Amino acid sequence: MADVVSIGRTGREEAVPPAAPRIPDFQIVPRKGLIGAAAVLVLLVVAMSVDELWPLMFLHVAFGAAWTIVDLFLGLVLGPILGSMPVPARIELTTRLMPKMLIIMPVVVTVTLAAGWQLGMHLGTVYSAYPDHDWLVASYIVVGVMAIIALGLLEPANVAVLVELKKPKPNPAVIEHLMKRFIYSAGIIGAMQVATLVIMTKLASG
Amino acid sequence: MTEQRLPPVTQLGMLSLALIVAGGIYLSANIPGDVPLAPAVILLVLSALLLAGNLLALSRVPGFPWRRFFEVARWALLAYAITAGLIEFAFLRNDLSGGPLVVLTLSLVVYAVHVPMLIGFTVARYQETT
Repeated sequence: MADVVSIGRTGREEAVPPAAPRIPDFQIVPRKGLIGAAAVLVLLVVAMSVDELWPLMFLHVAFGAAWTIVDLFLGLVLGPILGSMPVPARIELTTRLMPKMLIIMPVVVTVTLAAGWQLGMHLGTVYSAYPDHDWLVASYIVVGVMAIIALGLLEPANVAVLVELKKPKPNPAVIEHLMKRFIYSAGIIGAMQVATLVIMTKLASG
Repeated sequence: MTEQRLPPVTQLGMLSLALIVAGGIYLSANIPGDVPLAPAVILLVLSALLLAGNLLALSRVPGFPWRRFFEVARWALLAYAITAGLIEFAFLRNDLSGGPLVVLTLSLVVYAVHVPMLIGFTVARYQETT
């Protein structure tokens, strides 16, 4: 590992020409994962159609917990670790982690929000007469800001870094730039998930 | 890293998304009351104008790698059309109708087009580095 250059960290190791890091073969969108994603989305449609309390509660709580935990872990734990790893290790992790994230996160977010909305209609908590309505509106705002960051910055960076890594000669500077964008976005979203936890526990406690 | 001089597509895209999110929050925060649609309509129109402006600005970039852009954006469009469809299903399932349904549906259209555009743009802008 002595010949590895940590791009964008110190810039002093450039005296030693870097060996091109090995890039493992990977699928940008894992085909097998699409089957699981489709199955989950079918479950969501069924749960919303039957409009029963338990399936809606299950989907909202289970997927909402997954969303919060993944964001917190990625943004505040894994992100900084990823940023400090040497390039070959970062590439190994990225090519394994990011394709999965590309499928998991949109599904987790869609299920959480759609089931949550249906649950709110079922329980009457989305109506403006609900006593804690202001808290609910606060949650819309938090989710809205997270969605804008995720859709505008994080997701495009995620796809772009994978496409770059698929090229015969990936540009390390492009990967570095996009990874920074991904890690910072994930960090902001992770921090915002703390607000989600505060709001949701307040709503659940009444 | 060499970068072509490009219009601020990402910034405008995020602003456009912020406008439709604001419109959506405004409408959903006032359920089931009758609220004036005008603020949501204005936000939607501004968001759609930003989308159109973004596409126009990008179309004027000489030598932009459109092939790579569409290669990525079409699949993203499919994915985001599915999520938009699910959200639309939630609206219809809860008997949303009239003006709010039209505004929210058009907002979903802007969302389902603008996000794939941002993804396609982010990928295509680095195409020259191959």
